[in-house]
Amino acid sequence: MPTPLVLTARGLTKSYHKDRIDVPVLRGVDVEVRQGLVTALVGRSGSGKSTLMHLLATLDRPDAGEIFFRGNRIDNAPRAVRDRYRNHEIGIIFQFYHLLPELSAIENVLAPAMIGQSVWGYFKSRSENRRRAEALLDRVGLLHRAKHRPGEMSGGEMQRVAIARALMTDPKMLLADEPTGNLDTETGQEILRLLADLKETDNLTILMITHDDEIAASADVCWRMQDGQIHRGAVADDAPALATQAA
Amino acid sequence: MYRWLLCFRYLKTRYIALASIISVTLGVATLIVVNSVMSGFSTEMHERLHGLASDVMIECHATGGMPDPDAHLREIERICGPALVGSSVSVSVPAMLGIDFRGQQIGRHVNLIGLDPTTYDNVSDFGKYLLHPENKTSASFQLRESGYAPDRKQLAAAGWRHRRDRVTEERRIEKLVAQEREMMAELRRKAGGQSDESDEQAEAAAAAAAAAEGPSFGPSLSQELISGSSDQLVAAVDPMTEQFPGIILGISTCSVRHRDDSGEVADHFYAQPGDDVRMIFPNAAGETKVINQKFTVVDLYESGMSEYDSTFAFVRLDQLQEFRGMIDPQTGVRSVTTIQLKLAEGTDLNAIRDALRHRFPPELYAYNIQTWRDLQGPLLSAVRLETTILNILLFLIIAVAGFGILATFFMIVVEKTRDIGTLKALGASGRGVSSIFMSYGLLLGFVGSGAGLVGGLLFVHYINDIARLLEMFTGQEVFDPTVYYFTEIPTIVHPFTLVWVMCGAIAIAVLASVLPAMRAARMHPVQALRFE
Repeated sequence: MPTPLVLTARGLTKSYHKDRIDVPVLRGVDVEVRQGLVTALVGRSGSGKSTLMHLLATLDRPDAGEIFFRGNRIDNAPRAVRDRYRNHEIGIIFQFYHLLPELSAIENVLAPAMIGQSVWGYFKSRSENRRRAEALLDRVGLLHRAKHRPGEMSGGEMQRVAIARALMTDPKMLLADEPTGNLDTETGQEILRLLADLKETDNLTILMITHDDEIAASADVCWRMQDGQIHRGAVADDAPALATQAA
Repeated sequence: MYRWLLCFRYLKTRYIALASIISVTLGVATLIVVNSVMSGFSTEMHERLHGLASDVMIECHATGGMPDPDAHLREIERICGPALVGSSVSVSVPAMLGIDFRGQQIGRHVNLIGLDPTTYDNVSDFGKYLLHPENKTSASFQLRESGYAPDRKQLAAAGWRHRRDRVTEERRIEKLVAQEREMMAELRRKAGGQSDESDEQAEAAAAAAAAAEGPSFGPSLSQELISGSSDQLVAAVDPMTEQFPGIILGISTCSVRHRDDSGEVADHFYAQPGDDVRMIFPNAAGETKVINQKFTVVDLYESGMSEYDSTFAFVRLDQLQEFRGMIDPQTGVRSVTTIQLKLAEGTDLNAIRDALRHRFPPELYAYNIQTWRDLQGPLLSAVRLETTILNILLFLIIAVAGFGILATFFMIVVEKTRDIGTLKALGASGRGVSSIFMSYGLLLGFVGSGAGLVGGLLFVHYINDIARLLEMFTGQEVFDPTVYYFTEIPTIVHPFTLVWVMCGAIAIAVLASVLPAMRAARMHPVQALRFE
């Protein structure tokens, strides 16, 4: 039985303008992400997968098309709503970790809570936030490095801190942009195992971008991106049929 | 929350920003030092000017002065009402001071003031600028035994002791001269009668030669001009035990200040307490005559205002009135030239002045009615202008520092582009991101101006030690006591000044961070995340 839809997008197009020439990146993409599944998005560099993720994370706006999160349209929602969506409803994991270098591991994990809450609210629930951040760091196996700065950590450790940070506000969905892209195979495998674990225990929905077919094959749903369009790929047994449309 | 955490972290890790704030620190410190010293100077000056001049001064231009000061005072009391808390009358007259110094006359133009020491202290500071410690509390025109200015070794003997020593010395020399003359006469008698004649001829020839050369440097007042010649008085006074009427001289009228070989400031006194001086001044009669009167210096007056110290000489009011003939022979009513008023604190001096001017209009009375501010108007406004201009210039320095902060902040924003992208990806709003940099500017302004505040206050506190230290290293006197009459640099710190300097500096730092913060807020998250 198919699980409910978390994120849907219809007819997304996006092109970049360079010297009055339009460079189309997305040419009409439809997306359906279902609850509790790992969806992989494979494609070569320049296929538009990162741009798609930025649109889905509301970091950028599509030229045309609509994005719905749990039935609410978010691509043209007011700024404050989008900020809250990014802070609260989704967690983003980047290829280059993007930890704040001035903050320690635990402070990086706490950052989304600090951003999402007012100073007063944060102080009121400070100990609770701290407990949650410590629990998350423990979960990714880095509690002993809580006070370390990103500069003192390895790539794998940084990515694990980034995952803990993405989980801080208890999001419904994780968007991971090549989470293993900058790591060696073994460390990458560790990260993937961690994500798989999280999916099992927390019933998390994960949308993962990768260029590694092997990783994509281990996902529940797999889409292939090519020339700004999504092609149906390897699909898990109960996955819904994905429409592939031309713009 | 995160904005404060981040801006504290930036403060701790970005030393370049601290470097940019140093100019703010220096600007704030300089502003505080300059303002403190300027207000110290001007307060000291105000105090002295005000102390010397009393609140309102009514001067009569007529040489004879205004008759019946009591009637005037009653009228003034009626006009001023309860605001009048003190008054004093005095006689002020231009005079020439003659000091006999090693057989030569030193002439000085002075302003001779006859005052009543008890009432004069009510309206202005007079006693406290005298040298003798007892005169400071109750001024007296009697020469004191000794103890003038314990910290001045040149005046160690001043007083009766100096007077007796001097007279003894003069008499000894006189005796020697007399002996010598006698001896010469005896020699001449022994040599024979005929040489007498040639001697007299030679003397006559010398006198003629001197006349041909022109006026001599000795005193040559024609006797007709001088009325009431004090020669009889001179004969009547025994200088060993008696004194002439007392006079208090402004310290610069009878001394010169110079540096000795070792660079120390030293005063040389032509006359000191115990010496006799001559005063030549006009009398008050319609047909002006010159009065030549001997006085005994009983104290010196040092206010620190060179203008006053070099022109004032004080005698007793009743004596000066007598000398000048300012007492009506029939009624015995005395005249004065000046009435000084002391008014209650916070009284509007200009209103009182205008009321008095209305009562004594210049068309009818030859009176000049002024407040102490009017008297020193140009000086006071010059100091005010100087302070204002210095403040503007120094604030421009801080404004220049603001551009330094602006540049540094732009650099930091560019450097932090990826972090800004990350924060936005985590849900931070544009306003939140911009507030990081605004708070950072606020914090930097606070730290910078706080450091400047502490530095400035320390500098002000130790300013005299610093001046001495500079003197030691450079050999150049920072605060030249031959120019300024203060021994220490006066400083006053107004808390209000500190507050507005701090606020100004912080405002400049915050304003300088507005543009970089706006840039950070407008940054596109995707481009920021991709920024290499």
